[in-house]
Amino acid sequence: MKIAAYLHAFTGVLKREFWRFVQQRSRFLSALVRPLLWLVVFAAGFRAALGVSIMAPYQTYITYETYIAPGLCCMILLFNGMQSSLSMVYDREMGSMKVLLMSPMPRGWLLLSKLLAIALISLLQVYAFLALAWLAGVEAPPLGYLTVIPALLLTALLLGAIGLFLSARIRQLENFAGVMNFVIFPLFFISSALYPLWKMREANEWLYWACQLNPFTHAVELVRFALYQQLNPSALLITLGSTLLFALLAILGFNPERSANARARG
Amino acid sequence: MKTRLLLPTLLCAAVATSPAFAALAYISNEKDDTLSVLDLSSFEVIDTVAVGQRPRGIALSQDGSQLYICASDSDTVQVMDLATRKIVAELPSGADPEQFALHPDNRRLYISNEDDALVTVVDTTNHQVLAQIDVGVEPEGMAISPDGHWAVNTSETTNMLHWIDTATHQLVDNTLVDQRPRHVEFSRDGSRIWASAEIGGTVSVVDVASRQILHKLHFEIKGIHPDKIQPVGVKLSADGRYAFVALGPANHVAVVDANSYQVLEYLLVGRRVWHLAFTPDQKYLLTTNGVSGDVSVIDVDKLKVIKSVKVGRYPWGVVTQN
Repeated sequence: MKIAAYLHAFTGVLKREFWRFVQQRSRFLSALVRPLLWLVVFAAGFRAALGVSIMAPYQTYITYETYIAPGLCCMILLFNGMQSSLSMVYDREMGSMKVLLMSPMPRGWLLLSKLLAIALISLLQVYAFLALAWLAGVEAPPLGYLTVIPALLLTALLLGAIGLFLSARIRQLENFAGVMNFVIFPLFFISSALYPLWKMREANEWLYWACQLNPFTHAVELVRFALYQQLNPSALLITLGSTLLFALLAILGFNPERSANARARG
Repeated sequence: MKTRLLLPTLLCAAVATSPAFAALAYISNEKDDTLSVLDLSSFEVIDTVAVGQRPRGIALSQDGSQLYICASDSDTVQVMDLATRKIVAELPSGADPEQFALHPDNRRLYISNEDDALVTVVDTTNHQVLAQIDVGVEPEGMAISPDGHWAVNTSETTNMLHWIDTATHQLVDNTLVDQRPRHVEFSRDGSRIWASAEIGGTVSVVDVASRQILHKLHFEIKGIHPDKIQPVGVKLSADGRYAFVALGPANHVAVVDANSYQVLEYLLVGRRVWHLAFTPDQKYLLTTNGVSGDVSVIDVDKLKVIKSVKVGRYPWGVVTQN
């Protein structure tokens, strides 16, 4: 198979995701409003005007808003990753999945294209959020806005892979509420997105270890360091490793016939 | 031939310019009884030197060769030779010296003795006490006017600025300011004096000619209780643009337009910020943060805090030297 054919398939998937994104303006808006609410309301209520202690990658004391900004970027990627899993279930139910799978490309490539397409579109939303956060006084070093791109892309791939992995297990659209409760909330709250890990440790040693086991924690730290032009090698390795693991599981577990068969049987 | 000569020349230049000429900051650590030496190009602590007990106020001699250290609990002012970082003399300062100021004649040191309600004047050349002047209760802040005419002392409990004529060593006048004045700072032209009031939460700008308050600065930071706003250290930039005020447990330094007296910005630094010092090039301002045990570095042009560096416990005074 030629590389051009692979690219053609990828651009096809990307275009479709892009149109979906353009047409669902409310989705874009909610993806933006959600982290902004956290930034403006939650962080303000937190009353950390006296500063959060110094920790890497920060060189000095920071406001709580500055602390949670990288976590909120990852929140956008998290919701998008999970929503993509929803769209897979939707596609399957509506039959458009079959159209996609009629492509002669390997199934793995089609799924990877979908992951990449979702990641690229999520990136636009993250930058829209970072721009608004900048207006609200959360400033990272200028170059940091460039160095954070690879970290954001890898995080988007990780969360997309987790989403795809889950979508293979969700039979019906209605189960998405369950995804919210049992996947998005624990991933987000039991992580370093809202509170530094040392703070978690002060509160509860178990909670600290739960955060350490959560790949989302390491993705947030990777993004946090990259935004300040620094590389966090352990966060990179763990994020990369979990991305590969979940992508593999997603491709292996992907069985488009399952729901159709289940319906035929039922 | 040329290239062969170039390398040694470059090496010599590198050796000559690197350590010996780097600007340094000295920070007194009240609780550790030490002095931290901070390299101002890397902002890293390069040395820690043991000094007398509870070192607080510190000041440089005019040529920068000696450092005077108020060792409060040792009841003395120590003199450190900065080339060797050894204490070479101890001056009879009176009990519990806290802050002091060196007269422009580079000879007379005006020391406030917190416990005795006195200002002691010591001759740094022959180590003799020249005078002791009664002032208000708990004297602390001390400044000498640029022309050397006035020595101004603040008393924390009497809440006054005490104007001492340096020619006669007589207390000439008092100016009542807000509660617990901690620090005084003359403007470069000597026409104004800025006095912080820790409990009052204000900074008074006083006209030196009339010794009357011209303006009173108030501070307000969103999300921080007014009781926590306790101004201590004040520094004026050499270009006359800004005044910086350390706001103690509010963990912020206020940036004030020195001409319009408007507060321009509040910069977040470490916990309980006490005193301030500019680097010799005026590009950066250092703050000592007592409770968090570090020094924050403020970029003066950008008005941004760029770094905080750990020093000893309870850093108090800071001076910089080229």
